[in-house]
Amino acid sequence: MGEVEMSHVQTLVERHHADPEALVEILRELNQQSGYLTRETIVAVAEALRLPVSQVFSVASFYSMISLAPVGRHVIRFCEDAPCHMVGGRQVWQALEAALGIKFGETTPDGEWTLLPTSCIGLCAVGPVMMVDNDVYGNLTPEKVPEILARYAGGAQ
Amino acid sequence: MALYRAHVLVCGEPRCVARGAQEVQAALVAKLEELGLGQEIQVLETTALGHGDQGPEIVVYPEGTHYVNLTPDDARLIAEEHLLKGRPVTRLIYKELPTEPLPPPAAKEVRVVLRNIGKIDPESIDDYIAEEGYQALAKVLSEMTPQQVIDEVLRSGLRGRGGAGFPAGKKWAFAAAQPGPDKYLICNGDEGDPGAFMNRRVLEGDPHAVIEGMIIAGYATGAHQGYFYVRAEYPIAVRTLRIAIQQARDYGLLGKNILGSGFDFDLELRMGAGAFVCGEETALMASIEGQRGMPRTRPPFPAVKGLWGKPTNINNVETYANVPQIILKGAEWFAARGTEKSKGTKTFAVAGKVKRTGLIEVPFGITLREIVYDVGGGILNDKKFKAVQTGGPMGGCIPEQYLDTPVDYETLGQLGSIMGSGGFVVMDEDTCMVDIARFFMEFAQDESCGKCVPCRVGTRRMLEILEDICAGKGQPGDIERLEALAQEVRLGSLCGLGQGAPNPVLSTIKYFRHEYEAHIYDHKCPAKVCKGLIEYKIDPAACTGCTACARNCPVSCITGKPKQTHVIDPEICIRCGICQQVCKFGAVLVE
Repeated sequence: MGEVEMSHVQTLVERHHADPEALVEILRELNQQSGYLTRETIVAVAEALRLPVSQVFSVASFYSMISLAPVGRHVIRFCEDAPCHMVGGRQVWQALEAALGIKFGETTPDGEWTLLPTSCIGLCAVGPVMMVDNDVYGNLTPEKVPEILARYAGGAQ
Repeated sequence: MALYRAHVLVCGEPRCVARGAQEVQAALVAKLEELGLGQEIQVLETTALGHGDQGPEIVVYPEGTHYVNLTPDDARLIAEEHLLKGRPVTRLIYKELPTEPLPPPAAKEVRVVLRNIGKIDPESIDDYIAEEGYQALAKVLSEMTPQQVIDEVLRSGLRGRGGAGFPAGKKWAFAAAQPGPDKYLICNGDEGDPGAFMNRRVLEGDPHAVIEGMIIAGYATGAHQGYFYVRAEYPIAVRTLRIAIQQARDYGLLGKNILGSGFDFDLELRMGAGAFVCGEETALMASIEGQRGMPRTRPPFPAVKGLWGKPTNINNVETYANVPQIILKGAEWFAARGTEKSKGTKTFAVAGKVKRTGLIEVPFGITLREIVYDVGGGILNDKKFKAVQTGGPMGGCIPEQYLDTPVDYETLGQLGSIMGSGGFVVMDEDTCMVDIARFFMEFAQDESCGKCVPCRVGTRRMLEILEDICAGKGQPGDIERLEALAQEVRLGSLCGLGQGAPNPVLSTIKYFRHEYEAHIYDHKCPAKVCKGLIEYKIDPAACTGCTACARNCPVSCITGKPKQTHVIDPEICIRCGICQQVCKFGAVLVE
């Protein structure tokens, strides 16, 4: 882990006054910055907060918005719950897998896209719904999928 | 060619014309002529400018100023003030609210908690104050004792809106009775039920209503520090709350000596990290304390021993949002609506197969039929109603014969469902109830924290059986196995997640047993949803051999020559349905 990342952890921990109770918040913020947490990051957080590594790992592995596996440059989170499913979610699910050539839970070989299911994000009235990074898309249809994905191609956004 | 110094585009769409766009345009043009500006400013009629329900509307270029909801008088004013004198008329300019507006209330709606949504700017505390905001707080701090506040809330009959429906006044009384000085208040904004988004809209659209309710609750219970716990999946709500809290602090409504009363109270924001179980109060507190969000046994209840072991009152967003109105208008006003044991109004998030999805607020006692048909507009595409799932993933599905049931906490419980936080998912004849049960069990399995074996393992086993049934591998005895497992999961689980996880399964078995039996014994899915039990077939009588299906099939399982009947290979077919969508002749059938 490079110097830059270590200082990231230090700054974050100091901002929370090295309070072990801010662990969930610290891990979530680190994950948001870098997409996922490496083993080195977990260890660095444990040292900075004076907590056992196992405890930090147990908290990191509990919450679904903290990822311990590398993710692509763009992460798609598609709602997999019943209200979205009922209004055409399955077709969009299949269209996403077809368009990216991967199954849910996987990352494309070129490292561009990770496709993940997510639990309800509270936009049920405009389902099916997905998030691409921090952008939200509702009223999805299979036809809209290629156009939305194209917006992120070539380093855009 | 004339050189104009400004252009005015006027929306000429039918909706705008219906609202008087042509009169507005005529008034504008006439006034410009009168002011001698006819040669300098061009007025053009154009297509939609983007805010369809706010016409008549115009955009002035080069500034790009967008005026909405105009009358002919407004047009004349704009001509004189903006176009002649260069002073835009700010009160007529379109103001982009950071949240989407709610449609106007349906006839049977009564908006209490939702009264400000879409009407005020949630990032403006002044807007809130202009709508009687913080007057309840002023009344409480200047005229009422903490006990009087508790009594008022008790008399109103307000029940916790998060799902359990415990009387809010009673909960506050427990916390108030505990010794201080360290006591805490928590607002549960971890709304995770699939199908529920009421709390999100309130936090995004009217955060001060919740803040005011919390300060009042703090005063009543003796707490001086409160926490908002909001799911990380609601970034707009987080942003709006941060702004609102700071504004309240700036106005002296949070912090020390609020309104000169001597009462101190402040609020902080904490975020979740993607765990449904953190909506359970003890798991939520564990999460704030930096741990895995796993529930613990109660007693002791949070009111006695909560956050950091101190007395803590925790309520849902909507519960707090009701408080200012109850204080201002009185307990009797609140209790005048609703049923005998369920007073007031409740928000519901209507989703699924209805014409009008979205957020509504109705008094308890309204029937399910009224919600689905009068407020929801009836079933999409006029299909047949099948069931409504209330209360989120721990709720049950209610079939057609109970549509005339008045909705309250007790009646829904009697029907095998729960109120929950207000999820209301409507299902039609094309919904497979076994598939729905499987969906909710999958959710429970994903979100189970793992602490209790009956929940952790029981939901897994139930899910396996449901998956097998949906795949056509159901065995005789499966229904009985599901019922037995359901009992064990329910009785052996520490928290509401495990206790409620079997509800969708149990209620669908109770009311739709025939669908389960069809899957298991007849190897058929009556609603034609479960992929393993349906076949896509081409009707030779209708097929024209246009090859559209074969060309669009993602797995190339359709064979046939042009102008000849095509055939689907059921072994390769993945039941995606694309062939049926592209066929213009209705030749693709599902059996």
